[in-house]
Amino acid sequence: MNSMGASLLSVCYLIGSVAFIVGLKMLAHPDTARKGNQISAAGMALAIIGTLVLYRSGGQHLNNYGWIAGALVIGAVIGTLTARKVKMTAMPQLVSIFNGMGGLCAVLISIIEFNRIAEGSPVLHTLIILAGLLIGSVSFSGSMVAFGKLSGKIKDYAFSGQHIFNLVVLAVVLFLVVYLLCGGAVVPVPFVFYGILVLSVTYGVLFVLPIGGADMPVVISLLNSCTGIATACGGFLYNNPVMLTGGILVGSAGAILTVIMCNAMNRSLMNVLIGSFGAKAAASTPGKEEPHKEISISDAATAMAYAKKIMIVPGYGLAVAQAQNTCHELEKLLQEKGVEVKYAIHPVAGRMPGHMNVLLAEADVSYDLLLDLDQSNDEFPTTDIALILGANDVVNPAAENDPSSPIYGMKILDVGKSKMVIVNKRTMKPGYAGIQNQLFSAPNTSMLFGDAKEVLQKLITEIKAI
Amino acid sequence: MNTLLDFIQQNIEMFYVVILSIFLGIEVISKVPSVLHTPLMSGANAIHGVIIIGAIIAIGTAAPDNYLAIVLGFLAVIVGTLNVVGGFVVTDRMLEMFKTRKPVTIKKDTDE
Repeated sequence: MNSMGASLLSVCYLIGSVAFIVGLKMLAHPDTARKGNQISAAGMALAIIGTLVLYRSGGQHLNNYGWIAGALVIGAVIGTLTARKVKMTAMPQLVSIFNGMGGLCAVLISIIEFNRIAEGSPVLHTLIILAGLLIGSVSFSGSMVAFGKLSGKIKDYAFSGQHIFNLVVLAVVLFLVVYLLCGGAVVPVPFVFYGILVLSVTYGVLFVLPIGGADMPVVISLLNSCTGIATACGGFLYNNPVMLTGGILVGSAGAILTVIMCNAMNRSLMNVLIGSFGAKAAASTPGKEEPHKEISISDAATAMAYAKKIMIVPGYGLAVAQAQNTCHELEKLLQEKGVEVKYAIHPVAGRMPGHMNVLLAEADVSYDLLLDLDQSNDEFPTTDIALILGANDVVNPAAENDPSSPIYGMKILDVGKSKMVIVNKRTMKPGYAGIQNQLFSAPNTSMLFGDAKEVLQKLITEIKAI
Repeated sequence: MNTLLDFIQQNIEMFYVVILSIFLGIEVISKVPSVLHTPLMSGANAIHGVIIIGAIIAIGTAAPDNYLAIVLGFLAVIVGTLNVVGGFVVTDRMLEMFKTRKPVTIKKDTDE
């Protein structure tokens, strides 16, 4: 009977692993993505329930069921509520928090298992525990800093030589790990262990702190991959195949996704992680206010109503103002007037790749109106008006012509090629990456200051009146 | 050296799983449209929440009077569940918006 339970559990784990693989595969295609996510979730549920019911350790079933059930309920309720309630704009932060929770889970498991290490247990057992501790801590603290940055609570911060300092911290951590494994007896073992914990957490903070806020998606993806590896350590620790498959799968997929994201910005991962150090000085020089001209709502409305083709370039400002529905309304109104309206979506517009697509899809904007970077750039030369709604860095020509700019090398939307550019921003302040934008002082650019939603509503009223 | 070889020998299946999974992860992810980067990251994020199984085993094998392990394990299961449940729900919410809309062709049947 017992062995049958064990076999059944193995089958559960097998199905779980396959569900993860199939789910991830389906997630990579727009048509099947949602179903893929559901399949992964079902596999996860099966693996968890299987563990609860069938897991046996030395013929004994699990203890502390009350605690486990309580924790599951608490976690599920809080998780569902936050994930359901949070605004679409805050979703990147949320992914970061959930990732950090996974890292924290790995840390806690390592602490429990460390306290259980028996005399004379294999060195490799300890090594796996320490690896889980180290990677989990970095992932946890790094994700928390990334969360703070995305929600604007933490500013970019770097001191000179931080790059070297970080490497020193990492070297000390690795030294302590080796020291502990070699059984050095001078310093009490728990002291070294918690030293590794503290230093790893510190390293995670220092690692993410200097990286520009606009690069957080890449960092989150990287830390996501780290948590995957920490999970795989857990898989080794408990000889558990589903943890191993799930962990490694996310570890490698996350790493590749990180590289793909960097490619979308036409930058290398190294440039993202270390580039921030050099660029800091250039970016923080107090930029003098560039000359710019403003346009009134009614002038803008008239120009738009009589244009042939308008490209809307959405950015984070649109997301913050929750203006996606109003934007869709304007688009419909203009189409009724016979204006051709399309959206130019930069892959990293907003705070995360695909952020704008998600947002506009929420407002029921038709899929085929959303053009990607290359398609959009083909359209700009024949465009009458490019309407930029709260986007900044993704249309900044400095990315093409200023080698000292932190975003140099990133592909941008060539909005300047269109006959007229109308930029809606709240103020003249530089964008998220903290750099001046010369587009705003270009001769064919007019500024339309104000909250995206209010401005769009006024535009709609004006255009209706024409 | 011998311990390492023994370890590999004893866990050879694990090593196969690791290596094959690495390639699988790479294979599965490549050629993703940038639209799906965020949901994919979020979905992968939920999958590594499978670490909750480790948390369940850790607390479940702790003696009922080992309060330190129970408290830590209790926290571990909570944060693990947050990772799993929150991750899947938020991914689903993102993807909900990608629901395939049939192109609404306003059929003006010129059948006057």
